[in-house]
Amino acid sequence: MSDVLIAARNLSVHFPLRKLGFGERPVVRACEGINIEIEKGSFFGLVGESGSGKTTLGRAMLKAAPISHGEVVFTDGDVTYDLGTLQGDELKDYRKRSQLIFQDPYAALSPRMTVRDIIAEPLEVMGLTSGREETDARVREIAAKCRLNLEHLRRFPHAFSGGQRQRISIARALVSDPKFIVADESVAALDVSIQADVLNLLNSIQRESGITFLFISHDLSVIAHTCDFVAVMYLGQIVEAAPTRKLFSETSHPYTKALLSAIPSLDPDVRGNAQRLEGEIPSPINPPPGCRFNTRCPYAQDRCRKEVPEWRELSSKHHVACHFAEELA
Amino acid sequence: MTSPLISVKDLTLRFKTDEGLVTAVNNVSFDIAPGEVLGLVGESGSGKSVTAKALMMLNAENSVYDDSSHITLNVDGQDIEVLSLKRPQEQKIIRGGAISMIFQEPMASFAPAITIGEQMVEQLMIHSDMTSAKAKEISIEMLTRVGIPEPAQRFGQYAFEFSGGMRQRAMIAMALSTKPRLLIADEPTTALDVTIQAQVIDLMKDLVDEFHMSILFITHDLGVIAQTADRVAVMYLGNLVETGTVRQVINSPAHPYTRGLLNSLPKLDDLEAPLTPVPGDIPSPLDRPSGCVFHTRCVESGAIAERCRTEIPVYTSDSANHQVACHLATQGDES
Repeated sequence: MSDVLIAARNLSVHFPLRKLGFGERPVVRACEGINIEIEKGSFFGLVGESGSGKTTLGRAMLKAAPISHGEVVFTDGDVTYDLGTLQGDELKDYRKRSQLIFQDPYAALSPRMTVRDIIAEPLEVMGLTSGREETDARVREIAAKCRLNLEHLRRFPHAFSGGQRQRISIARALVSDPKFIVADESVAALDVSIQADVLNLLNSIQRESGITFLFISHDLSVIAHTCDFVAVMYLGQIVEAAPTRKLFSETSHPYTKALLSAIPSLDPDVRGNAQRLEGEIPSPINPPPGCRFNTRCPYAQDRCRKEVPEWRELSSKHHVACHFAEELA
Repeated sequence: MTSPLISVKDLTLRFKTDEGLVTAVNNVSFDIAPGEVLGLVGESGSGKSVTAKALMMLNAENSVYDDSSHITLNVDGQDIEVLSLKRPQEQKIIRGGAISMIFQEPMASFAPAITIGEQMVEQLMIHSDMTSAKAKEISIEMLTRVGIPEPAQRFGQYAFEFSGGMRQRAMIAMALSTKPRLLIADEPTTALDVTIQAQVIDLMKDLVDEFHMSILFITHDLGVIAQTADRVAVMYLGNLVETGTVRQVINSPAHPYTRGLLNSLPKLDDLEAPLTPVPGDIPSPLDRPSGCVFHTRCVESGAIAERCRTEIPVYTSDSANHQVACHLATQGDES
């Protein structure tokens, strides 16, 4: 059993909205009562539709979104940080240990900085190197790891294709030698062949340096190929979490099943046997009572509309929030 | 065999830019039969959208069509030469009349300050001589048909009041209300979530059956293609590299590029299979490789590399009408 690097316990993130007329101030419940533990050196996948709160959860774990309730605890060697109260020098130290790779490599890089400056900026801001020579050596080392040529470092981002830009973003995230990286839809904007290339790169970095990844994606097939643990999110809550193989072989939550069957099969002969979900994801301002998935669930019963399902362990490391998980499995 | 609904022959399209003429589409030929769904696949920059827009003459002012290019649309036994339609009045038939298009980003495709209903009525009245009351009736009927709840209320709403999936449904309703013969769908599900994508694909399949129209379905997602298309055409850097039935192309791809695309897809039924990317990046269209356009990234051209670099492969067809442009495939060593 390896150690937990970062854990969310009963974590909620709420964004208050402007008050409209009388009554209570409306609140967007982006994340509600999240419990996850990410083990050191794992590639943790977080999957869900748009509006499910997966980006907010990722940001809360970087202390880039406000934590309303609950706690996020980061443990690395002899340091333990409670992100809710983290500030000052400790927060600066946490920023070195955690990094974010963005979705859109066209928007994430400053067009007016050379690639060398982009990758070197975290080192200079955080004061991790003592001189220009050391900085340059570090930049070259990271660039080589991400398969960028020395000659690339003098150019500006506009000269690069999407896949190369994403490799620059990855190099920038790696340069401060972090322990924890959140990759938020980092391959969604790329073509399939380039997507495969970037996924292979992330996997090899993880194997070599043991960095822990939280990999956020809407694409279950990408998650299945890269991650060793998967959590499925729906409307601000985690509905199922399990090691990847288990999740696919012993799928228990009806939402996970629907997500799996909605992925278009590559086999032209198995058309149209997918289980279709009706309707769309409800608003997180007014989530449905009881189980949040009850409005779209094909198996919903009275109990689901009244009683919030408990987050429980079905078998070792396999958690699910559904009243009828055993019957449906 | 019935005559094709639309026939594209030797389409070559260049853009005039400051850097010179850029070839976006090179010598592309394909047919779409009535009621057929043709999937057009390729990476970004492969020219698939430009090809589709050529069918409606929607490419920008700086586009130049080669003299050899022909696009023939067959409506009720009459052949129309699309590229010779110059005046807007003549172009009505290819812009919403016999051909309609749905776009990738449904938010950007509706005017934000005009209600969805007004936009639907406007285009119906342009393409027919019906009264506005009749046009409203048909529009509401189409909104019902694509599964929008409370269509009468929705008719008076603006695009921002619709969710992404609803907008795409409204877009489909609008495109189909003039009963086009050909629907061009340019990445219609790319911006949608998988569960919504599945709904939209189901809807499109139902409508093809009901209206017996043809679809040119553009996407980079081979899974979506496998689920929707009858035939598939694969494009690379402005060239068509392979065309065949969906089973031929997906199950026994003949071109190394098609194989490369399939190998780089994560597959759910085999989690252990390694992802093999196509090496390198798509070259700039300003700097098209000589010979076979794919040779700079091809991993299989080792044996007869010289020929791939210098000689343009001929687009050849086998007995089952599975066409491919590759020296290796035509040598018969594709197994």
